[in-house]
Amino acid sequence: MHWSLIIYAGIITFITRFSMIFILKKDILNDRAKKILSFVPAAIFPAIIFPPIFLDNTGYLDLESNPKILAAIFAIVVGYFSKNIIATIFAGLISYWFLIFFYF
Amino acid sequence: MNNKLKTLTKGIIDVSPLMIPVVPFGIIYGVIGMELGIGSYMTLGLSIIIFGGASQIVLLQLFSGGASSLVILSSVAAVNARHVLYGAVLSEYLSGLNIFWKIILSYVMTDQAFAVSNYYFKKNNKDNNYHYHLLGSGFTCWTIWQISTILGIVLGSVVPDELGLSFTISLTFLALLISDFRKFKNIIVMLVSGIVATIGYNTVPFKAYIIVATLSALIVAVLLTLTDVKKK
Repeated sequence: MHWSLIIYAGIITFITRFSMIFILKKDILNDRAKKILSFVPAAIFPAIIFPPIFLDNTGYLDLESNPKILAAIFAIVVGYFSKNIIATIFAGLISYWFLIFFYF
Repeated sequence: MNNKLKTLTKGIIDVSPLMIPVVPFGIIYGVIGMELGIGSYMTLGLSIIIFGGASQIVLLQLFSGGASSLVILSSVAAVNARHVLYGAVLSEYLSGLNIFWKIILSYVMTDQAFAVSNYYFKKNNKDNNYHYHLLGSGFTCWTIWQISTILGIVLGSVVPDELGLSFTISLTFLALLISDFRKFKNIIVMLVSGIVATIGYNTVPFKAYIIVATLSALIVAVLLTLTDVKKK
């Protein structure tokens, strides 16, 4: 990796945070724009989450001998009921360790 | 205690509970940076220059997958799109500040700092030094993120691969979405994004699957909000 890539990525990140604060005097985004922007986390995070869970190291779909799917489902259930970030992460991680040590 | 210091301290205290999941996330990021072999300076450099966990992870994930710089940078921009919303919301409170303050506060504006300081601004818009709250919450995030990155760099050499710590990245992002689990439309958007990314991982050229998946999911989100308007 080259430092220039990191610096460009840093500039892009900064601009997204700075642009609106710099340009706008008042909050001018309408409710609809805000509503759509509020979907951004739901639109992007699964794109980061799904492939490493469902695909094996060679990039093929692995639905059978895959402890990550079961652990992720367990984490989702815990997250749904507890609404607690830490509990969700640890539920997923501990069930994953349990599965890889005892079943897979 | 003078008012500025009081507001600054309030920012630090308010954001502290949200720092608990940031610590393991930072450690995991540091460990993964070391596992990918980019070295300790670059691993910490990313945390200081970019200062955004999701952006840093996406950059590493795509870089190790052999994506081009253009794809990496546009994916980073996509991950950051939510900050545009934060900026638009906060601009109402921050527009009166000078450029120096705007630069500093933009640099430290994370999900967590936005969440607590936006809440504070709404409640305390009479306080003339309210921006010190965001300074406090933002720099708390910054400090915790750098320390946990360093911890991860140190631990990177001793944590065994078998523990599957890379899986924790998926879990961390998943945990950030728990507030969406109860909303039907958000679930649809999440499924579209995840399924398109999984199929696109091998089929979309240039490793642009994150961008394609995000755009597909956002189009679905736009369609879903259209039905809202009609109901009104």
